[in-house]
Amino acid sequence: MSEMLIKNAFVIDPLNGINGEVMDIAIRDGKIVEAVGDAAEVIDARRNLTLPGGVDSHTHICGTKVNFGRYMSPEDMRAGRTPRRGHMHATSGYSVPTTYGNSYRYSAMGYTTLLEGAMAPLEARHTHEEFSYTPLQDTMANALFDGNWSVLEAVRDGDTKRVAAVIAWVLSAVKGFAVKLTNPGGTEAWGWGENVDCIQKPIANFEVSPAEIIRTIVEANELLHLPHSVHLHCNNLGKPGNYTCTMGTFGLIPDLNKKRQTLYATHVQYHAYGGSGWNDFCSKSEPIANMVNMRPQIAIDMGQVMFGKTTTMTADGPMEFNLYRLHHDKWSNHDVELETGSGIIPVLYRRKNLVNSVMWAIGLELALLVDDPWRCLLTTDNPNGAPFVRYPEIIALLMSKRYREEELATVHPDTEHRVPLPAIDRELDWHDIAVMTRAAQAKALGIVDIGKGHLAPGADADVAIYPIRVDETDPSVDYRRVIDAFSRTEYTIKRGRVVCRSGECVVDGNNTTIWVKPKVSPEYDMGKDPDFIRKFDRYYTVRMRNYPVQDEYLKRNLCIETEAEL
Amino acid sequence: MIIKDAVCPFCGCLCDDIEVTVDDGKIVAVDNACTLGNHKFLGDHRLPGPIRRDGDTWKDIRYDEAVEYAVDMLLEADRPLLYGWSGTHGEAQCVGVHMAELLRGVIDNTSSVCHGPSILAIQEVGHPGCTLGQVKNRADLLIYWGCNPIDAHPRHLSRYTRYADGFFLENAFRDRKVIVVDVRKTETTNLADEFVQIQPGADYAVLSALRAIARGKGDALPRTVGGVPREQLVRIVDLCKKAKFGAVYFGLGLTMTRGKYKNIRNAIELVDELSRHTKFTISAMRGHYNVYGSNEVNTWMTGYPFGIDFSRGIAFYNPGETTAVDILARKECDACLIVASDPGAHFPRACIKHLADIPVVQIDPYANATTAFCDVQIPVAVTGIDAEGTAYRMDGVPIRTRKVLSTGYPSDEEILGRIYARIQEVRQP
Repeated sequence: MSEMLIKNAFVIDPLNGINGEVMDIAIRDGKIVEAVGDAAEVIDARRNLTLPGGVDSHTHICGTKVNFGRYMSPEDMRAGRTPRRGHMHATSGYSVPTTYGNSYRYSAMGYTTLLEGAMAPLEARHTHEEFSYTPLQDTMANALFDGNWSVLEAVRDGDTKRVAAVIAWVLSAVKGFAVKLTNPGGTEAWGWGENVDCIQKPIANFEVSPAEIIRTIVEANELLHLPHSVHLHCNNLGKPGNYTCTMGTFGLIPDLNKKRQTLYATHVQYHAYGGSGWNDFCSKSEPIANMVNMRPQIAIDMGQVMFGKTTTMTADGPMEFNLYRLHHDKWSNHDVELETGSGIIPVLYRRKNLVNSVMWAIGLELALLVDDPWRCLLTTDNPNGAPFVRYPEIIALLMSKRYREEELATVHPDTEHRVPLPAIDRELDWHDIAVMTRAAQAKALGIVDIGKGHLAPGADADVAIYPIRVDETDPSVDYRRVIDAFSRTEYTIKRGRVVCRSGECVVDGNNTTIWVKPKVSPEYDMGKDPDFIRKFDRYYTVRMRNYPVQDEYLKRNLCIETEAEL
Repeated sequence: MIIKDAVCPFCGCLCDDIEVTVDDGKIVAVDNACTLGNHKFLGDHRLPGPIRRDGDTWKDIRYDEAVEYAVDMLLEADRPLLYGWSGTHGEAQCVGVHMAELLRGVIDNTSSVCHGPSILAIQEVGHPGCTLGQVKNRADLLIYWGCNPIDAHPRHLSRYTRYADGFFLENAFRDRKVIVVDVRKTETTNLADEFVQIQPGADYAVLSALRAIARGKGDALPRTVGGVPREQLVRIVDLCKKAKFGAVYFGLGLTMTRGKYKNIRNAIELVDELSRHTKFTISAMRGHYNVYGSNEVNTWMTGYPFGIDFSRGIAFYNPGETTAVDILARKECDACLIVASDPGAHFPRACIKHLADIPVVQIDPYANATTAFCDVQIPVAVTGIDAEGTAYRMDGVPIRTRKVLSTGYPSDEEILGRIYARIQEVRQP
């Protein structure tokens, strides 16, 4: 039995209605408890800001394309090298660090739970292998269904239950957490070098439109009672004028779940563009934010862009090729049979570039214009908008208008004519930040019930103590202190153990993988479905028996079983 | 007993539809595998236990002694080299990386003498690729360049390309065109619709010519390029542009000839150009069944796919300096652990001579040319036969190999784990 007592913590725990109470937190055997004995290890938080461990509901840290981002970028690896030291292995990389690099840097920032945003089911084993070397966070992965042939055929046939059954089989087989749709329909079209044009036009061979795919899968997702909603990367990413497509997509979504959103729209910054081309490119964050404000069934994440170098990576293969044709640096692509596509290119976001400056503004605007911080989460779609190590700066930008003004003065001078940002006075407070970086993320992912994102008795003892006194800091003025504090915790506690102290990771760790297994009736068991089996035999290059991720790949793991309506 | 859907641990095709019949603790029959795979499954000639050089002969030693020897050798070395890794499972490769880091040694895999140049090219211009099933289901045009799959990857054509029917190609043999580019006729060129015979060393020039034609600048070309008539080059570009989905596969005939990584860069840029007209992809024909896995493991753990030097504490990568051949040729390395590979059969003479002068431990199920100069050889289970573990196919798809029989040999992971644990006791108490 291990016990710990965190004394004098200045706690913000939004899920439990605690907003700035100085209190003690008792921990026993990795869980928050009411009280512990006198022999417990004591940590004096000294009234410093104490939050539940950070949750990143959309990041790219492990798996095929992440590793290819490293593979193709020795220049990026040189940018972040640290030597082996104590319990810390050597690390490399800035925008796509090695698995240890990701884990240590996230831990230093107080993050304890991470969702890999996109995993091709056929290559899921790779993601799980890398999870084993991401020791200090609990991890989970979205499985991609945007171009899944069995799903597309069932959508075409109008058979929502069969769509759900395929999702159930694949999620269980690959030990995935949730359904990811990246440019639905577009990745299949990219199999022929094509893309889709918004959501209405059907794609070749399967004769289904993105709108039909999205709507049917959203319904199927709820039939399965999955903890998380559909996680959607909308069509037309990055195209001027794409906000109309985004609005049309949001308009498709019914409100089907009382506990959480029905749609999680990711990196909405990339989908809130006005203009008819790059010349009249502008922000359309206002209509998008208004649409979100009016629809409680939708939660979004920012996909904030920060200036500097990064590597973009997504299952949206055609988008990456288009982006490559703008940037002319290097381009990797990796289409996955019967399932999805992907692309990777390095990018430099420049302050002197008008388009980049507008993109930077849009992300912030979304966070400031969406009224409810529970429905706009703080992310960069790491590393697409920026590496996650930039989160502290984003927090400071949201908390300080003065900081935003200083930054606005350094970007392309025409920016202010194309974005509403200069007119926005809102400054988020500590509670808003706690919501956007942990509580709301856990709620959106549906993992509050398994003890994530809060500090009530029974929750996982994942705690971040930041070296900052809330009562002595005015974030709108002292934003540098805010950045410093959120960059490096005093203590990061994972499952009741101090794993990181002042940026130094002090244990090897042993993370948990969280996955989902929907239980379906025998008639909807795709493992016994003749058509589904025939598809494997004829078109996959891996035998059906060799497809599922074996238990050997899951070290510690937590399976969430759901009772499907099938 | 028949084991279905076993995974062949020979080449980068990683065929996973093998049927193995085991009787009385031995493999007696193998179905579906190619000649090379059959040979691997049915091969015997394994060392019964570890051996240690004793003057001009060998003496049998226990596994404990062999592990002890390896530990002492590695701990005493100033610049140990850990080489090979392509013929073992990913879990063992992970132990190898941790070991190299703790020893401040150099870890390199066989790609530094096969597709290392491909990786260098990818690091300059990227890699538009796809899984093998994309090609099987869609490709109506294939180009094999500088490779001979009939001999080296015998089932590549039947499982994935020429003869593999797919979703959009019901009669693949009739509906697909195959172009083979090589310096000589091979078994593969015999079944090409179009054989492009180029002069040795002319790959770069021919690729440049194809790019020029694809860009509409073909008029600037001479009548022949690299021994290929201009008309044929124009015809090829025409075929490429008319294809709905084209796939290029290339081998060591492109990576290890004059031009090296520049050839691959040029080929990737040709694919990039063609991608503006139609769908095109390019992929390397990887040799060992898990050489790609070794690149993957190294990359997620160190940031680099091969040739990683930990002597500075950080992962340092500079192919040509930190790669095995270079380190051996400069006589830098003072001890070598060789795992699942046979540099004795492939390295330059000067490198082998240096290996013969320093302590070498080989971990490999079979005696091979490297055995001739190693000091201790530790036989292990063969991944995919008597051990299981992860392997990455040539297109990056990870598959778990199956254990089809029990022999009692320890796996690579087990032996390396024991060595690493002992090193940790000393270096990381």
